Formats: sequence, C-alpha cells, structure tokens
Amino acid sequence: MKRIVYREWRLSPQRYWALLAGLAAIAGIGGLAFWYMEHQGHWVTGMNNEVVWGMPHIFAVFLIVAASGALNIASIGTVFGKSTYQPLGRFSALLAVALLIGGLMVLVLDLGRPDRLIVAMTSYNFRSIFAWNVILYSGFVAIVVAYLVTMVDRGFRGYYKAAGTFAFVWRLLLTTGTGSIFGFIVARQAFDTAVLAPMFIVMSFLYGLAIFMLVLMFAFSQDQRPLGPFIIKRLKGLMGIFISAVLLFILIYFLTKLYGAQNYDLVSFYLVSGGRYTLAFWFGWVILGLLAPFGILFHPALGQDRRWIAGACGLVVLGGLASMYVIIIGGQAFPMALFPGKTLLESGFHDGVGGQIAAYAPSMPEFLLGLGGVAVALIITAVGVRALQFLPESLADKDVDPHAAVKA
Amino acid sequence: MNNSSEEIDQGRRGFLGAAAGVASMTLAPGVLLHTIASADPRSERVTDAVRYGMLIDTTRCAEGCTACVTACNQENGLDLQQMPASMDPEKWDRQEARWIRKIKLEDNLTGRVTNLPMMCQHCEHPPCVDVCPTGASFKRSDGIVLVDRHLCIGCRYCMMACPYKARSFIHAEVEEKLTLAPRGKGCVESCNLCVHRRDNGETSTACADACAAQGHHAIIFGDLKNPESTLSKALAAMPSRQIRENLALNTGVRYSGV
Ligand code: SF4
Ligand code: SF4
Repeated sequence: MKRIVYREWRLSPQRYWALLAGLAAIAGIGGLAFWYMEHQGHWVTGMNNEVVWGMPHIFAVFLIVAASGALNIASIGTVFGKSTYQPLGRFSALLAVALLIGGLMVLVLDLGRPDRLIVAMTSYNFRSIFAWNVILYSGFVAIVVAYLVTMVDRGFRGYYKAAGTFAFVWRLLLTTGTGSIFGFIVARQAFDTAVLAPMFIVMSFLYGLAIFMLVLMFAFSQDQRPLGPFIIKRLKGLMGIFISAVLLFILIYFLTKLYGAQNYDLVSFYLVSGGRYTLAFWFGWVILGLLAPFGILFHPALGQDRRWIAGACGLVVLGGLASMYVIIIGGQAFPMALFPGKTLLESGFHDGVGGQIAAYAPSMPEFLLGLGGVAVALIITAVGVRALQFLPESLADKDVDPHAAVKA
Repeated sequence: MNNSSEEIDQGRRGFLGAAAGVASMTLAPGVLLHTIASADPRSERVTDAVRYGMLIDTTRCAEGCTACVTACNQENGLDLQQMPASMDPEKWDRQEARWIRKIKLEDNLTGRVTNLPMMCQHCEHPPCVDVCPTGASFKRSDGIVLVDRHLCIGCRYCMMACPYKARSFIHAEVEEKLTLAPRGKGCVESCNLCVHRRDNGETSTACADACAAQGHHAIIFGDLKNPESTLSKALAAMPSRQIRENLALNTGVRYSGV
C-alpha cells in the first residue's frame, strides 16, 4: 500500500462559494425559525403538554446519533487495525464533530429558555442522564479533536492507537447515554426498556455510515478524485451488516415488549393500529429505510451504480429520521397507562380518552430549525475539508487495497 | 416582585443551606422587617419533620364537579392565562397549563365508575427531579416537589419522565400572573400543594377547601408524618393506594376507592 497523501478539497472557488452560500441560506432560515419560535414562544410549534418533544428532537437526536456513528470508520481503522479504513480516519473524525455540533445546536435552540444555556453548564444534577450527556458531548468533541491531532501530527503518532481506542469507547458511552435518555423513562411504555441503549448504538453505526458515504462520494466526485470500487464495496458490506443489526434490534425490542401482557396494546399500536405512526414504522423506517437500501446495495446491477448507492444511503437517512419520529413522537403519543384495567371515560386533559392518541402536528419552523442544524453540520464539514488536509488524494483500488498491487 | 417570592422558595430549599442567607439579603426591606418582627413561618427553614400529602376519597368525589380545578386555577393564577390571538382553541387546549384535572374511569370488569382529581403526586422518589439536568426540579424537605424557575431551562425532560403527566410547559408569553405563582414563557411548572400557603402557616390547599365548601370533602390535605393529623387518621382508617404503584415512587397523594 502506498503512502496516503492528503489534500485540501480543490473545488473551483465558484462552486465552493455557491455550495457554502446555499448551506448558509438554509442555516439562516433555520436561524430565523429559531428566532420566531423563541420570540413567540413554543405555542407556534406543534408541541404541547402531551407531546413535549417534537420535530427539533427528531433532527437533534438523529444528528447526535449519526455523529457517533460517523466516527466508526476511523475506529475500524484504528482500534481494529483495518488499514483500508485508515485513510478515511481524518474525514470520519471531522464529520463526527460537525454532526454533533449541528445536532446539539438544534437541541439547545429548542429549549424553552435557550438564554439560560449558562445555567445548564454551571448547574448540574448528576443524577440526570441529560447532565451526563452534556459532559459526554463536550468530551466527545475534545477527544475527537485530540484523536485527529494524533492522525495528523507525526509528533503525536505514538498516541494514535490510544486516542482512537479512547474515542471509540467514549462514543459507545455517548450513544448509550443518548439511548438511555429514552431507555430510563419508566413513565412511558414505549421507552421503558434497556434495549434502547444498544439499539441506539446499532442505529448510530448505520445512520453515521450512510451520511459518511454520501458526503464522501459527493466530495470525491466534485473534485474528480479517484474512489475505487474496493472501498465502496467494503463500505457497502458494512452497511449491509448494520441494516441487518437494526432489523434484529427492532425484532428484539418488540419481543421484549411482548413479554409483558401490559404491552400488547403498545405493540399493536406500532405494528397495526397506530395510524401515521404505524405507517412511518413500516413504510418509512422498515421498508424505505432498511429493506429497500439493502435490496439496492446488494442488487447485482444496481449495487454497482454509484447513483443507486448514493440513493440507498439517502433512503437510510430518511429512514433514520422516520425511526426517530416513530420512537420519539410515537412513544409520547401512545397514552400512558395511568389506570390499568380501567377505561377512561372523561379527562380534563385528554389522557387518551376513548383510546385517543396524543395529537402532534409538526409546524414548519420546527422543521426548518432541524434542517438548519443539518446545514450547519455540512458547513463545518465543507469548510474543514476545504481549509485543511482531511481528504486523501486518492482512494483508488491500487492505493487502498492491499491486494490490488499484487493482483496488478 | 415576582423575583422576591421566588427567592423565598429558593431560600427554603432544605439542602441549600447557604442560599437562605443570600435570599434574605435580597428581599425587599419591608419583607425583612416583617420577618424579624413576627415569628413568620417564612423565616424558618423547611424541615423534614413533616411530609405533606393528600388523600383523595374517590367515593366522595362527585361526578361533574370541578370545584377543585376552578379553585386551583384561581389560587395559582392559571385562569389568567390568555390564548394567543389567532391560535386554534383546540391546540391551546393541549398547551394551556393545568395543575389539576378531573378524570372519570370505568372498571373494565365490573363497570364501576370512579371520579377523581389528578395532579402532581409529590413523589418521594420523583422521576422529574432525577432527570432534571440543572436541578431546577427539586423536592423540599417537607416533601413538596417544585420547579425553581430561575434554574429551569425549559428542556421538558421532567415532563417526559413524569408518570402522571402532571407538568405543564408555558408555551406563550404570560401577561398577567400572581406574585405567589409567577410563571414565564419557556419554563415548566406543576401543582405545588399551594406552597405559598404552607409558608404562610395555613393548613390546607385551595382544592381541598373548595371541595369541602361543596360539601363533598373528597380531598384531605395534611402531614403524613404526624399520626394525629386528620390525614394520617383517615389513611389509617381506610384502605388507599398509589396510582401506578408498580413504579415504587411512594407518592404523597393517595387514593381510596380506585
Ligand atoms: S407526579 Fe410527576 S411532577 Fe409530581 S413529583 Fe411525581 S414525577 Fe414529579
Ligand atoms: S424543563 Fe426545567 S424543570 Fe424540567 S427537567 Fe428541564 S430544566 Fe428541569
């Protein structure tokens, strides 16, 4: 294998600035949406006192989960010594930090009192998983930056493996923390299970990889850098494994729930009778987000076509957003079982009278705020690869495949 | 004005010893004088010698009666909330803050119908307090669970975690509010067992008073730790239970007849 040469993204200035301007416009609209919601109050959103976390949380949790998954590529190279992935390490780390910042931004801007961010940073309740997450998130950024230094600076090369391993362990903790935000909520039937923590880890692998592949293919094609079939095949194979793992965890989740008779209603809500949530589960998450991309990636013809591969990654991303919708909103919409064995006839605050699920219709500003977070993550990535040497000059087979040289 | 009443609450946080001194410093001079002149319960630290709670006798809770809800709304200024102009009333209905609500149930097997009020259950192990990242949700030594509105960042995690859906987020600007129950856009709040009455040495809550005034006497408020209190005696005399007992939260609000 040849020595890897890294180069800044050499896009023509017009294209680069047009791209940045486009992303900045989306981020700007997200900023306006924030300003509007913050100024008016949350009454302009679709959120209410029954469904308290809405569209911004779908984006925020998705981005945060994907962030830790995006680091996976670097980890495979470092921790598991797979040299094929090592040229991608820098880019993987950059994308991870960018996605995390984008996600956190959305989360913070959706607070009822975003102006009190300083309170959140100075006043901790260490029993709260949320508070732990604040530490996990900021630690993640610091550790990944240190890890990057060991990749880039020869002087710190000796710490490369240690830093990579530490970052890997940290990101597992981080996703466990994110999953546990939901997993430890005993109040709500859909959440109350420890399975959610490992489930979030496998989802993070998948969503992070999909975004990684999309951005990588885009960056390489814009710059006409060679991206050989070998590396694509490897990444595809990885994605296949992650898709299967997510499917397995969906199954485990429902089997765990079915173990208790009190959860039959919940399972049927998700699988059969939950209206838009059932639809989002089957069509959004399972079929469009998992089965279809799997089919495309491993189709003998389509699976060779870069555009189809990119399409499959795009589907995984959309499916990922659908999965957050199903988990986060669906979990809140399903009525809490306040009185098992009894039927609610009337309530001064809905409570699922007559089996009604809680209402939530996302509003445009919430959606725009979420998109703003995505744009910010992409801006950081674009500026990063343009200004610094994150991307390898070539990922042609002869440069990355240890066997290609022998074969040739 | 709002500030001072909140400072008092903050100062009375049992575990924030130091804050008490600071709080009395920041009080208006008049209040301070008053505090010194009389043995006002406000000047005493909250202790865990008491634990406030309630018993709801559902057999006395009348169908269609919402006296407790109305009284709570007036006492705590919830009736002052204004729906933003141009808003869909149905949406407002889901966003408006409520501290107490009436619920009517039917037993699936026996068909027996029960009415009851539902509010913050003032859990001994409150999930809302556990999850609150900043410590804004806290439990006083006397068992009352509150939100410190200076610390609340409006993340709503407590609302996700409360098994009784007892908390409300203030979605819109609030023009009018009472000094004793300040509320502001972007913070969370819930039933506080009329904490201002506790701190004024009064012995009941607005809901319990209103229910009694209707002649129903379905709500008994009092000190769970004092065996001589009406509440403890009633609890000793009749079977009662906690809602969602399986969560082992040891709620301060108990129900009989459900
Ligand atoms: S009922 Fe809800 S808000 Fe009240 S103490 Fe328990 S968890 Fe907290
Ligand atoms: S909304 Fe306020 S009280 Fe509730 S958990 Fe967040 S900071 Fe704590």
